[in-house]
Amino acid sequence: MSEQPRLRLLVGKVGLDGHDRGAKIIARAFRDAGFEVIYTGLHQSAEMVVNTAIQEDVDAVSLSILSGAHNHLFKRVIQLLKEKGADDIQVFGGGIVPDEDVVTLKEAGVLEVFTPGASIEHIIGWVRENIRIRRLD
Amino acid sequence: MSDSKEKDLPERPVEFSTVSSLPIERLATADDLGPDWDPSVELGEPGEFPYTRGIHPTMYRGRLWTMRQFAGFGSAAQTNERFKYLLEHGQTGLSTAFDLPTLMGRDSDDPMAEGEVGKEGVAIDTVVDMERLFDGIPLDQVSTSMTINAPAAVIFCMYLAVAEEQGVSFEKLNGTLQNDILKEYIAQKEWIYPPRPSMRIITDLMEFCSRHVPKWNTISISGYHIREAGSTAVQELAFTLADGIGYVQAAIEAGQDVDVFAPRLSFFFNSHNDFFEEIAKMRAARRIWARVMRERFGAKSERSWKLRFHTQTAGCSLTAQQPLNNIARVTIQALAGVLGGTQSLHTDSFDEALALPSDEAVTVALRTQQILAEESGVTNTVDPLAGSYFVENLTNRVERDALDYIERIDRMGGIIAAIERGYPQKEIADASYKYQHQIEDGSKIIVGVNKHKRDDGRKPELLRVSDEVGIKQIQRLTRIKAERDAGRLEASLAALRKAAETEDNLIPLMLEAVRAHATVGEVSQALVPVFGLYQEASVL
Repeated sequence: MSEQPRLRLLVGKVGLDGHDRGAKIIARAFRDAGFEVIYTGLHQSAEMVVNTAIQEDVDAVSLSILSGAHNHLFKRVIQLLKEKGADDIQVFGGGIVPDEDVVTLKEAGVLEVFTPGASIEHIIGWVRENIRIRRLD
Repeated sequence: MSDSKEKDLPERPVEFSTVSSLPIERLATADDLGPDWDPSVELGEPGEFPYTRGIHPTMYRGRLWTMRQFAGFGSAAQTNERFKYLLEHGQTGLSTAFDLPTLMGRDSDDPMAEGEVGKEGVAIDTVVDMERLFDGIPLDQVSTSMTINAPAAVIFCMYLAVAEEQGVSFEKLNGTLQNDILKEYIAQKEWIYPPRPSMRIITDLMEFCSRHVPKWNTISISGYHIREAGSTAVQELAFTLADGIGYVQAAIEAGQDVDVFAPRLSFFFNSHNDFFEEIAKMRAARRIWARVMRERFGAKSERSWKLRFHTQTAGCSLTAQQPLNNIARVTIQALAGVLGGTQSLHTDSFDEALALPSDEAVTVALRTQQILAEESGVTNTVDPLAGSYFVENLTNRVERDALDYIERIDRMGGIIAAIERGYPQKEIADASYKYQHQIEDGSKIIVGVNKHKRDDGRKPELLRVSDEVGIKQIQRLTRIKAERDAGRLEASLAALRKAAETEDNLIPLMLEAVRAHATVGEVSQALVPVFGLYQEASVL
């Protein structure tokens, strides 16, 4: 019997923002929840994140942004995924994002944005329900 | 206490421990301190070694703490307006927040800066921006704190250049440069070069200031960010003091006299929710530092022994849910800072978990300090908690645990070696993961988040920084670049690069480059061929 395929998730820090507490907690929690996790480390450009996502063949990209640059960076990652024909990789994320921006980000194609106070349990539950394995074996 | 007595006195079924998980007994007694605990040795009088009770004999009866609210967003002109607003409302010192590109030593037109210019702080590219930032503010009449690290020396040179233009001599300048690169590798993660060359720039700056800017506080050795990254109180204390030991060691190795530079070192601590744990941390900090300076480094001057510190309430403790609750948190945290004997204080604004603070929220935060200072009565006496069985015992416990960490780091070969092997980074990541689980399983309570939840639907008014700021900043930068004397610029950068290969002090050369309108990015990049770039081995 073959091993059950596991979700592959990229946890990314994009831009110059050095706040990695949330990203690291989420990366560990995803790993503990049984997902495969690729953590990009800090100070990645949108291009670097998208290239890693494609090379690593992930099912979704989750970005952590606490710098206030979320509008720009989320949209840039989505645009680049589209340009590279990889827009079946879903994008979600978290950070200090005002409610109005959550709405515009969702309109721009971000699947979900978790804001301060969201629990790990809630986020993992959401991932299980909303992110599907996209690789065709 | 016997079992039967325990049954007679039932307690709530919770684990009694600090926010950092130090266990707390029902009752502290004289027995906890033991027969050998001697207040004349462990506490001293206020203003006397080992300064457990504070560094001044009169503390806040002599002078209140400096109320210093961190501000900075958008353009230099916008931040200049906020500075003037705060000065008019009774603030006594300025504190500057820089945007991320500036903190990373990158210019506003750098591709990586896109979307971040002016967002989290003020954008500074050249000395021209610095002139606008302090326009109409005489630098000999304010004390300025600048929260910048990797390119701290460059920004400091810009400040010096503005002073020159205002006709203010360097000896009159008062203020603090954060300039604490070690905690960047540990926690805040805004770096340029690897640790060892970074330390060289810092010791150069220390030496330059000892000679030319004697009232300037050269490093604000910061636990704040270590705590925000998820450390415990003990880890914050231990890693911060270990960083301090690292700087003192490096300056001594560079041939500097400890009693000349050490009095210009100051500290910066976080004040989190656990009231007594924070106070214990601050009291233990003073005691450990006094002994380290006198006994380990042989400092002879009392000014070298005294740990002076700034406190900021814990940004990470603020909740986006029911944001007005944060005013209560900030009040408790600020009171801990005051009872811990802080020299200056920043109180967070209640809307900071949502976005940059609005004017209203900033005012409430400042008023909180003024109420503590002028209404609460806590400033009437010096260190009212001394001799409390509980506080003294907790101070001893925090001190002992911090010393264990410092010893472990010493055995690794010091803080730089420990950072290179990811030790403090891993300890913090573990603590922060544990705390997150404690919140989720309800063993640690955050009101409005995992208990007493209610969405009241009310959202405070937020300050937003438009993308316009970045566009205008780039236009300004382009114009400045076009108008510079290219020959003078190139020559100054080449001289700086060359000096990096020698042991010459780099600060005068940076100052010359800055006067030639070199950008933060150009000065930072000039040293990369010699110093290299830092790459973190990510620790999960």
